[in-house]
Amino acid sequence: MRFLPLLILLLLITPVLADEGWSGADEKAEEAISEIKPDYTPWFEPIWEPPSGEIESLLFSVQAAIGALIIGYILGYYRGKQHAQNS
Amino acid sequence: MHIMEGFLPIEWSVAWYVFSIPFIAYGAWRAKKIIEENPSNKALIAVAGAFIFVLSALKIPSVTGSCSHPTGTGIAVVLFGPAITAFLSAIALLYQALLLAHGGITTLGANTASMGIIGPFAGWIVYRFAKKHLSVVSATFIAAVVADWVTYVVTSIQLALAFPADAGLSGILSSAAVFMGIFAVTQIPIALIEGVVAATLMKHLLQIKPEIKGAEVFA
Repeated sequence: MRFLPLLILLLLITPVLADEGWSGADEKAEEAISEIKPDYTPWFEPIWEPPSGEIESLLFSVQAAIGALIIGYILGYYRGKQHAQNS
Repeated sequence: MHIMEGFLPIEWSVAWYVFSIPFIAYGAWRAKKIIEENPSNKALIAVAGAFIFVLSALKIPSVTGSCSHPTGTGIAVVLFGPAITAFLSAIALLYQALLLAHGGITTLGANTASMGIIGPFAGWIVYRFAKKHLSVVSATFIAAVVADWVTYVVTSIQLALAFPADAGLSGILSSAAVFMGIFAVTQIPIALIEGVVAATLMKHLLQIKPEIKGAEVFA
C-alpha cells in the first residue's frame, strides 16, 4: 500500500510527457464507429449542449465540486462526532 | 465509456433500457428502505454517490494518448451492493447527459448497464471473494479497479454488438477488438488510479466510522 501514491504519480505524469493529441476515448470510439459503418448517422441529437468548451468545463467542475463538498462535509461530520464521543 | 447521444441504433437503445430500468428501480427502492431502517445510512449513501460524481467528472490522460474518466462506483458497491450502485450511477449519468451533452438520453440505458450494473457487479463479486483473504481496504482497491475496468469492457461489447464489422460472430468479435483497443487499454492505468483513491477513502472512512466494517450486510 505504501507504494501506491508513487504509482499514482507515475501513472499521471508519464502520459503527459508524451506528445499526443489527448482527445477523449469516447470521441475515438465515435471515429471507430464511422469507420466500421460509414453510413451511420446518429438518430438523436443532445437536447442541450454546452455552448462552448469553457462552459462545458465549468459544468464538469460543478459536478466534481458538488461531489467533493458532500464527501468533505459528511466525513468532517463523522470525524467531529467521533471526537466528541471520545472526549 | 459514455456512448454518445444517438450513437446506438434504436433497437439497442430500447434493449439496454429494458435491461437497466429494473435494476435502477430496485436500487432506488433499496436505498429508500435502508434509509428508513436507519436514517444515518442516508449520509453514507450520499458519500457513495458523491464519490461517483467526483470521479466521473475527471478526465485523466492515459498511456494510449487519449483521455478517459474513472467511474467511482467502487465505494458504492462495496458499501451497498450493486442495486444501489445502479441507482446512484444513473443519477450521475443523467446529470452528464442533460448538462454536459456527455452520453445521452437515448444511450442512458446502455451507459447505466455498463457503469452502474455490470461493471460494479463484477467488482462486487471480486470484493466478496477478496475480503475473505484481505483487509477491507485492499479488497476495496481490487473491487474499484475491477468495477472500473469491466465497465469499459462492457461498453466495447455494447458497441461491437451494435456495430459488427461483418455479419455473424466473427464480425462482432473483430469490432469488439477495435473498441477494446480504444477503451480497455486506455482504462488500465485509470482503473488503478481509481482503485488507490477508493482504497484511501475507505481507509479514512473506517477510521472515523468503524461501524461500516460490517456494512456489506446492506448489500
